[in-house]
Amino acid sequence: MSVAATAEPMIAMRGVNKWYGTYQVLTDVNLAVRASEKIVLCGPSGSGKSTLIRCINALETYQKGEIVVDGFHLGDQGKTIDAVRREVGMVFQQFNLFPHMTVLENCTLAPIRSRGIPRARAEETARRLLDRVKILNQADKYPAQLSGGQQQRAAIARALCMEPKVMLFDEPTSALDPEMVKEVLDTMIGLATDGMTMICVTHEMGFARQVADRVIFMAEGRIVEEAEPETFFRTPQHERTRKFLGEILSQH
Amino acid sequence: MDKNQLLFLLGGLKWTLTLSVIGFVLGAVAGLAVALARTSGISWLERATAGYIALFQGTPLLMQLFVVYYGLALAGLKLDPWVSVSIGFTLHASAFLGEIWRGSIEAVPRGQVEAAKALSLSYIHRMKDVVLPQAIRISLPATIGFLVQLIKGTSLAAIIGFTELMRAGTIVSNQNFKPLLVLGLVCALYFALCWPLSVYGTWLERRLVTAAR
Ligand SMILES: Nc1ncnc2c1ncn2[C@@H]1O[C@H](COP(=O)(O)OP(=O)(O)O)[C@@H](O)[C@H]1O
Ligand SMILES: [Mg+2]
Repeated sequence: MSVAATAEPMIAMRGVNKWYGTYQVLTDVNLAVRASEKIVLCGPSGSGKSTLIRCINALETYQKGEIVVDGFHLGDQGKTIDAVRREVGMVFQQFNLFPHMTVLENCTLAPIRSRGIPRARAEETARRLLDRVKILNQADKYPAQLSGGQQQRAAIARALCMEPKVMLFDEPTSALDPEMVKEVLDTMIGLATDGMTMICVTHEMGFARQVADRVIFMAEGRIVEEAEPETFFRTPQHERTRKFLGEILSQH
Repeated sequence: MDKNQLLFLLGGLKWTLTLSVIGFVLGAVAGLAVALARTSGISWLERATAGYIALFQGTPLLMQLFVVYYGLALAGLKLDPWVSVSIGFTLHASAFLGEIWRGSIEAVPRGQVEAAKALSLSYIHRMKDVVLPQAIRISLPATIGFLVQLIKGTSLAAIIGFTELMRAGTIVSNQNFKPLLVLGLVCALYFALCWPLSVYGTWLERRLVTAAR
C-alpha cells in the first residue's frame, strides 16, 4: 500500500454545504479525521453540530461538497450508504434503544440482520460488549427497566456490536441526571483508550481535555476554530470561542 | 320460534363471522400496504394512497358493495357474490386500517428509525423489527374499534344476496310474525360478538396509557 493511501483519513469532509430550504445550516465544512483520532465538537445550540455528524452516516443529506468515509464516497448510491453505516456507529442524546426488545436483543438485531452473523455468535459478542460497558447483568431486561446511564451504556454496546471503525456521539450525556454522566463518560474514555476513531459532540470540557486530540468549535454552521485541547482552552483565537467557553465554564 | 328458525339464525351468524374474518384479514393485508405506501416518503405514492383513503372513507360501504357487484356487472364484468363482497370489504377495510396504521407508524418516535438506520438496517428490517411492532401496539385499540364497526357493517352484504345474521333475522320474523323476539335475539348475538371486543379494546387502551407514563 502506498504512503498516500495509508494517509487517507478515515473521514474526509470537503467543502460540505447544506441548506434547509433557504436556510444554510452548514457552510464550507472541511474536516479530516485520521484513524483512531478523537475529535470533540462543540458550539452553541443550533450551530449545526448534530447536522454535521449526521451527514457522516447519511442520516442527513447535503447539497454541495464531498464526504468520504473509509474510502466510501457518500452520495454515490444506496449501497455505499449501507456500507458506511456498517462502519460508523452512532450514539444519540435520547439513547433511542428499541423499547420492545431486551438489551441483548437490541444488541444482536443489527449484527444478525445487516451483517448476517449467526445468532449464537452475535449473542456472544453482545455479552462480551455488555460486560465491557458493565451492564451484562441487565442483558435480559427491557430498556425501560434501566436507569438513564445504563440505557446509554446499552446504546453504546449496541453500536459497538456492529464492530464499527468510527463512533459518533451526539451529546450522549445531555439527557442524563448529573450523577450518571460519569459512568457514560468513563465508558467513552475506555473506548478512546482502545483506539476507536471518535467524533463526540459534547460540552463536557473535562472529557475534551482528557481524550480529545483536537477540539473543534462551530458557530452558525461553520467551523470557526480547531486546536489541540490545551491550546484551545488556554488561548482561544476567536472572540466567539472565548464567549462560548466563558458561558460553558460559568455553568459548571 | 321453533328450532329450525333458531338454526337459521345461527346460520346467518356463521355468515356474519365469515364475512368479518374475510374483510378483516384481506383488509389488514391491503391496509398494511396502504399504510406503508402512505408513509413511504415517495411523494406521488403518498398522494395516490391519500386519495385512495379519502375515496373509500368518504363514501358509504353500502354503495361500494353495490358498485362492485351491480356496477361492474352492468359494465359487463359479472363477479361471483363472494368475490364481490371480498373486494368490497377489502377496499373498505384497507382504507380505514391503512389510515389507522399510518397514524400509528408516524407515532413511533423518529429516533427509533434513525437508530435503526444508523445500525445499517434495511427498510424491510426497520419496518418489520423496529417500527411495526411498536406501531401495532399503539394501533390496537383503534384497530379493534374498527373490527367492531366491520362486524356490524357486514349486515350490508345482504344487498348482494348474503343471508347473514341481520337478513336471516328479517326472514325469520317475516315467517313467525314475532319481530321483537327475533330482532331482539339478533341484537343480542351482535352484542355478544362486539361487546367483548370493545371491552378488550378499552382495556388495551388503558394499559397503553399507563405504560406510556
Ligand atoms: N429538519 C430541519 N428543518 C429545518 N431546520 C432544521 C432542521 N433540523 C435542524 N434545523 C436547524 O438547523 C440548525 C442546526 O441544527 P443542529 O445541527 O441540530 O444544531 P446543534 O446540534 O448544533 O444544536 C438549527 O438552527 C436548527 O433549527
Ligand atoms: Mg444537536
